[in-house]
Amino acid sequence: MSSTTNKKNLLAASALGLASVLMMAGTASADNIIRWMHVEQVPSTIALWNKIAKDFEAKHPGVKIELQFLENQAFKAKLPTLLQSQDAPGMFYTWGGGVLQAQSVTGALRPLDATMDANEGEWRKSTNPSAIEGLTFDGKLWAAPSKSGLISFYYNKDLFKKANIDANKIATWDEFLSAVKTLKQAGITPIAGGGRDKWPLHFYWSYLAMREAGQKGFADAKSGNNEGFAGEAFVKAGQHLAELGKLEPFQNGYLGATWNDALAAFGDGRAALILSFENTPATQATNSTTRKGLADDNIGRFAFPVVKGAPGVVTDSLGGLNGWAVTKNAPPETEEFLRYMGSLDVQKALAKETQIMPVTRGASEAVARPLLREVADALAKETWHQNFLDQDLGPNVGAIVNDVSVEIVSGGVEPADAAQQIEDAYSLERK
Amino acid sequence: MSTNAASSAMPLALPKRGRRSLAHSKWPVLILFLPPALLLFTVLVILPMGEAAWYSFYNWNGYGSPTQWIGLRNYQLIFRNAAFTQALINNGLIVLASICIQIPLALWLATMISSRIKGALVFRLIFFLPYVLADVAAGMIWRFVYDGDFGLVGGIASFFAADPPFWLADRDVAMYAILGVVVWKYFGFHMMLFIAGLQAIDKSVLEAADIDGATGFQKFRLVTLPLLGSTVRLSVFFGVVGSLQLFDMIMPLTGGGPSNSTQTMVTFLYNFGVTRMQIGFGSAVGVVLFVLCVTLAFSYKRIFMRHD
Repeated sequence: MSSTTNKKNLLAASALGLASVLMMAGTASADNIIRWMHVEQVPSTIALWNKIAKDFEAKHPGVKIELQFLENQAFKAKLPTLLQSQDAPGMFYTWGGGVLQAQSVTGALRPLDATMDANEGEWRKSTNPSAIEGLTFDGKLWAAPSKSGLISFYYNKDLFKKANIDANKIATWDEFLSAVKTLKQAGITPIAGGGRDKWPLHFYWSYLAMREAGQKGFADAKSGNNEGFAGEAFVKAGQHLAELGKLEPFQNGYLGATWNDALAAFGDGRAALILSFENTPATQATNSTTRKGLADDNIGRFAFPVVKGAPGVVTDSLGGLNGWAVTKNAPPETEEFLRYMGSLDVQKALAKETQIMPVTRGASEAVARPLLREVADALAKETWHQNFLDQDLGPNVGAIVNDVSVEIVSGGVEPADAAQQIEDAYSLERK
Repeated sequence: MSTNAASSAMPLALPKRGRRSLAHSKWPVLILFLPPALLLFTVLVILPMGEAAWYSFYNWNGYGSPTQWIGLRNYQLIFRNAAFTQALINNGLIVLASICIQIPLALWLATMISSRIKGALVFRLIFFLPYVLADVAAGMIWRFVYDGDFGLVGGIASFFAADPPFWLADRDVAMYAILGVVVWKYFGFHMMLFIAGLQAIDKSVLEAADIDGATGFQKFRLVTLPLLGSTVRLSVFFGVVGSLQLFDMIMPLTGGGPSNSTQTMVTFLYNFGVTRMQIGFGSAVGVVLFVLCVTLAFSYKRIFMRHD
């Protein structure tokens, strides 16, 4: 009895083994299928992308474009393995920064300069230089720019009026701190924060560091001059953040709140301010309890304040910079498709319908919503575009920046120690 | 004489032929059936384990092949990392809660509902229900329960006109809130083990104790508990091994925060290895976890479960 079941088990196991061997052998891909891997979750955006893909397919017979979705965190975890396998996508979403740079040195990607410079540099000339610069490493462009972004303060006009604060007069960090105090005195929660996700609070440290160090100081820190990220400017940035933390400006339980919780707190009118992405007018609504959120005319925007006496200026901006990276074995039509994606008409359609900040010159005029228009104008005037530090400094140092930002705000670490932690980690990445 | 010789040779020859034919029948089966299973086990278990051990000596972000050999530095970094120490302490806390709260609770409930009283079956079902739930689902449910704005705890607090607490956002309280969920989630499983153990106890022994005039508590302490010994030891074993693997419930609850106060070894591995793309470091954590698991499991089995 037992021997027959054993034999049955063995048989089943060997059948399984055979099946898995067959499955491994069965993967092969046709050349003209562009597999497009993304992390987008908004249905209307995906619908527009599908339409763009269909239009391209119609103009290029024999090319097929397949959209493949992976959830953000899963995408990040799987990509290293995927890029080294036969199943690597043709093109995939990238946040630029240290991760893209790490990918570029492995030989898994194809640089895009040749296509950029074809037809007398047609594509290159039509794209914002700051976007190209942000995705260039070692003199080569490693991803086709797709959109840009800007982090700024959004505020609830009603609550500001109730506390009698004029947002236009907040230009320096000290003025910002006193506005926070005034809000608290008026019984209003000043800021919505998502401490559980950590990165929402890294915006504060990043901006303060940018203001304290300035563009040159930041570049110096990256190359290890003036004690690198342990230098005085970065310690000071931490001290400013600690000052803010001492005022207890965030909603109750912000350390356990996700980014969506923070948007909900702002959208519900439970907090007066949020330091957030350009798409806040839309996301605060979808995350609010009523799904309607604040009306556009109740939302105001101002740039992150400067620190008096420090070199950073108000037009130095922190924000995302995204692109599409092309893998080594992608079909040759992939570049052509990306050029199509970057063309003025497509970028205008994307700007209009998916509310992105386009990277093609002249496309931002399609941005209609006033709150987004304001961001597009600010981006047009920017003096320095710094990508998010948790992307720019690579995933490891970036995670440490996120960690210490939360710790500084909540009083868990001294600013000097925090700066030293970042420097210690980044010193290992300098080549 | 010749018949004698033949007959004396017969019993000698028979087992010989039998052994040979047995060997004949065994080898083809072995050769045919062993490789697939061996291959699968090697490819899916042994090889990754070896690879993890190999990667743990490199500083590697997962791209390309590992080239920067750094010896034991990853291991030094692990033991210097405050979050790892916290994770070890938390794993210890979970084991402690499992042994001191969960198992006694499960045993107590099991003794109550193992006898054939009315409604015992319904209670068994109710108590077992949390265990059937997926860990992630349980985590998400409790994240909502603990929420100070919209959750049950917040609701109760505002009913009494108190400030709503945010337990999962409080570094000093979050771990205890999680322990509560762990106990809630797994006591039903241990209870089922105990019920099975109780049903295996010979009723006549208890009857004998009754006749000798033993009180209820004496019966429990002197008869039931000793006879349940092997089940208790098994239950503790599951508790220890389960605590070392706790991951999917913590991620939706706190993700290891705030300030790494609810990190366990596996969430530490995920947060510091996988999401930071420190594959070498993560592998080293995996090796430490593996060694710890194997040592604990084998020594526990050797010391406590020797006679079971």
